[in-house]
Amino acid sequence: MKTVKRWGPPLLLLTPSLILIAVFVYGLIAVNFQTSFTDSHTAPQATGVMPTVFVGLENYAALLGSEAFQHSLKNLLLYTAVFLVGTMVIGFVWAWVLERPAKGEGFFRSVFLFPMAVSFIASGVVWRWLLNSNEGESALGLNRLFQIVGLDFLQNPWWNNVTWGIAAIAIPAIWQLSGYVMALFLAGFRGIPDELREAGRIDGASEWQLYRHVIFPQLSPVALSALIIIGHMSLKAFDLIMSISKPANYQTKVPAVDMYVFKSSFDYANSAAVGAILLIIVALLIIPYLVYTSRKEGGR
Amino acid sequence: MTTAVPAPAPVDVAAGRPVSAPERRPASRFSVGRTLKYAILLVSLVLVLIPVYVLIVTSFKGPGDATPARAWALPQLWTMDNWTAAWETLSPSLFRSVQMVVPASIISAFLGSMNGFVLSRWSFRGANIVFTLILFGMFIPYQAVMIPLLQLMLGLDVPSGIPSLILVHVIYGIPITTLIFRNYYESVPKELIEAARVDGAGMLRTYVSVVLPISIPSFVVVLIWQFTSAWNDFLFAVFFSSSQNGPVTLALNNLANGALLQNYGVSMSGALLASLPTLLVYIVLGKYFIGGLMSGSVKG
Repeated sequence: MKTVKRWGPPLLLLTPSLILIAVFVYGLIAVNFQTSFTDSHTAPQATGVMPTVFVGLENYAALLGSEAFQHSLKNLLLYTAVFLVGTMVIGFVWAWVLERPAKGEGFFRSVFLFPMAVSFIASGVVWRWLLNSNEGESALGLNRLFQIVGLDFLQNPWWNNVTWGIAAIAIPAIWQLSGYVMALFLAGFRGIPDELREAGRIDGASEWQLYRHVIFPQLSPVALSALIIIGHMSLKAFDLIMSISKPANYQTKVPAVDMYVFKSSFDYANSAAVGAILLIIVALLIIPYLVYTSRKEGGR
Repeated sequence: MTTAVPAPAPVDVAAGRPVSAPERRPASRFSVGRTLKYAILLVSLVLVLIPVYVLIVTSFKGPGDATPARAWALPQLWTMDNWTAAWETLSPSLFRSVQMVVPASIISAFLGSMNGFVLSRWSFRGANIVFTLILFGMFIPYQAVMIPLLQLMLGLDVPSGIPSLILVHVIYGIPITTLIFRNYYESVPKELIEAARVDGAGMLRTYVSVVLPISIPSFVVVLIWQFTSAWNDFLFAVFFSSSQNGPVTLALNNLANGALLQNYGVSMSGALLASLPTLLVYIVLGKYFIGGLMSGSVKG
């Protein structure tokens, strides 16, 4: 009876969520792996009318060996690199500028952060126009703006370039998320005790030395968080690409888009395999981070 | 703990006032650094607002203004036609979005609050592991569960469209809402809850009569977070609904990409319409919005 009283209520509160997470996260991941090991490439197989056969890692081997999927992975890497560098640099500079009380800082902060409240689909509508690949007479968007300000040589096909097109899609992503990174860094700056800086100054440290030895080390946990969050968002890139280019567009395809395209043609096995590959990439990034943070917490 | 960010009530961050930092330098003194900072701020401001200018200006342009040569010019004749056209196309999906986000955010907020309370106040062996396992659900790329999830929803006969979407937003919202509430309850003085226990209240009583009333700030943060992410979601929308029964992100994407002839005016009015609710939340409840962003970054 005592056990019921002690364990009952907490279990009652926790169980619904535990079951849901167990089924919808871990259970479905397992089923997804299972599907990715089959030859379910057609609609009748997807709906269970036709049987499927276990093929082991065949789908993975075919995917990773195909030039089209390698292009997606390369795009993902490039997108992530541009997105990460862009948001981290801009976010840090904004935080650094706004860290000290200045006139109108609240206004600037709000403006820099507001794109975060907008969906990628909505911002995709305007960026699709801004990144329009027409040049010369029929140019719209940024290419037209370059003409107006006399920087014609900057005109380029944006996302329509096979090699670098995906980097153009990272521009709206940077526009939306730099403010978020700024907010993280601002919180980091404000967590640095004034005494630390004063102590550094009294010791005769130059402004650069102060940053190098006092401020940067204090900011590194925040920077790590920002890297993880942005990197993780980047790996799942989907909405912006769907809204700016087209899902079937070779130039800008990434694994998440491939997954959708496979699913649309009822190729569930390949769709599941792409999902699994994404999961593995994310897990390689996240699990060390989760372990690291929970260790740190244990030592608190 | 990863960062020094206190979650979920970083009102200081939001209000932008450092906790205790009097002006270190006289405000009036001219300096190169100061000028540079304002230059950075102003240039950034212009760059960040470019898409906003384009959205607003284009949304009021009539067909006569649609030539590339007038791409960046103000409308010759301001007209509301695009707005009425966008409203006619999008209004049903806007209402569906409301029907989706309201229950989705309320249900997942309550689940998160129950979990957060149990996990912060009731330590059992492995509580931290359970928490980390729940948290991992926040990081998975949903592509890795999408195919089996589609089949499961079909098998459970959950109607496509808003009912399916409410269900997935509730379930995959559990990790973040649990995280925010757990962090909040950890910061609540233990004495408060102990006092209730001494008075003979069981766990459920304590939860309902002591914990819930003091959770309001966290509820606001969580509700805003869930509202924004469900409203802006496109990935689940594209897999679990169609433009006939889906939320506004899907309808907007179809509006912007569907027509043979690009009508930028209508799609940009549509983008603004679809963003108004989240922008309104950001403007009115900005500090709570940022509170959600911050706690999203803090693990453990």
